[in-house]
Amino acid sequence: MNATVAERVGRPLIQDPHRLGHGGDGGDRAVGHGDGGPAPKKIIVGFGFWIFLLSDIIMFSAIFATYAVLQGATAGGPAGSDLFDLHNVWVETLSLLLSSFACGLAMIAAHRRNMLWTQLWLLVTGVLGAIFLSLELHEFADLIARGAGPQRSAFLSGFFTLVGCHGLHISCGLLWLGTMMAQIGARGFRANIIRRLMCFSLFWHALDIVWVALFTIVYLMGAGK
Amino acid sequence: MSDQADNYRGDVAPGDEHATTLSEVGHYLIGLVLALGLTATSFWVASTHALWGPGIPIGLCVLAIAQMGIHLVFFLHITTGPDNTNNVLALAFGVLIVFLVVVGSLWIMANLNRDMMPMDELMNMQIQR
Repeated sequence: MNATVAERVGRPLIQDPHRLGHGGDGGDRAVGHGDGGPAPKKIIVGFGFWIFLLSDIIMFSAIFATYAVLQGATAGGPAGSDLFDLHNVWVETLSLLLSSFACGLAMIAAHRRNMLWTQLWLLVTGVLGAIFLSLELHEFADLIARGAGPQRSAFLSGFFTLVGCHGLHISCGLLWLGTMMAQIGARGFRANIIRRLMCFSLFWHALDIVWVALFTIVYLMGAGK
Repeated sequence: MSDQADNYRGDVAPGDEHATTLSEVGHYLIGLVLALGLTATSFWVASTHALWGPGIPIGLCVLAIAQMGIHLVFFLHITTGPDNTNNVLALAFGVLIVFLVVVGSLWIMANLNRDMMPMDELMNMQIQR
């Protein structure tokens, strides 16, 4: 029955268009347990790193939940609306977003095997990330100088844990970025280095997604109250 | 190795790009413009007094979720295509866990705050006993 329909249409019927079974009549040559043998290393590395990023985001969600629960526990100290400077946060957000964009352009250049533009866009990524980090550290120093350090209240402990954890990720990302620039410069676009660069760009974009949740929940909602 | 990866037509890794031309830059530019627009709207919504106060947090959540979607599609290249099934399923599971952790914590702690005896009364009872 199916065969006759397929003959009339003139092409094979695809019974599993999303290839959940990775094989069968769709004629798919992919992955793992199917017909096609193991996937290329680039796919496996990318998927594994994607799993890591999702687990990292789950860790962030626990810290977000802690912050949200402790948000009202100011112990008579300053609340978010007394402390947050939205102008500073806007500049931080812009620099991180543009940094993410520059990282995407660096990946495009790397796929074209263009050394100059890859290094240039990676440098832009790093500079914008460093601007973000210095603004954040400046904000932390300012808060501590005003007596609103992490010891002041449960709210501020939660705030410094959440924002500091994101800042720590950004710092690690900047170290990784410097390492990648050195490796590309020294060894060129080898397959394993391209894979590392791909993982770095995933990491950087994911940090920007976490920042979206962070500036919305911590700063915008906190300043509104 | 890279030839094998380039000719391979099964799944794709997250962040993998499909196009072979520089139109890919345009893809990132669309994402950047949309993300900038949503960010600017978020900051405007939070700082203006023109809107109904209690609705603002809901509006901010909607804008943030929309912007995360923009980032996933235009920067991380997560699509609904058949080659992305593994990535989307992993993402869906991650979103489920994040939802359970955040909503569950807030729900439980709000109930505890409401139902539990205030701490000083609890101390009094222990002292009397």
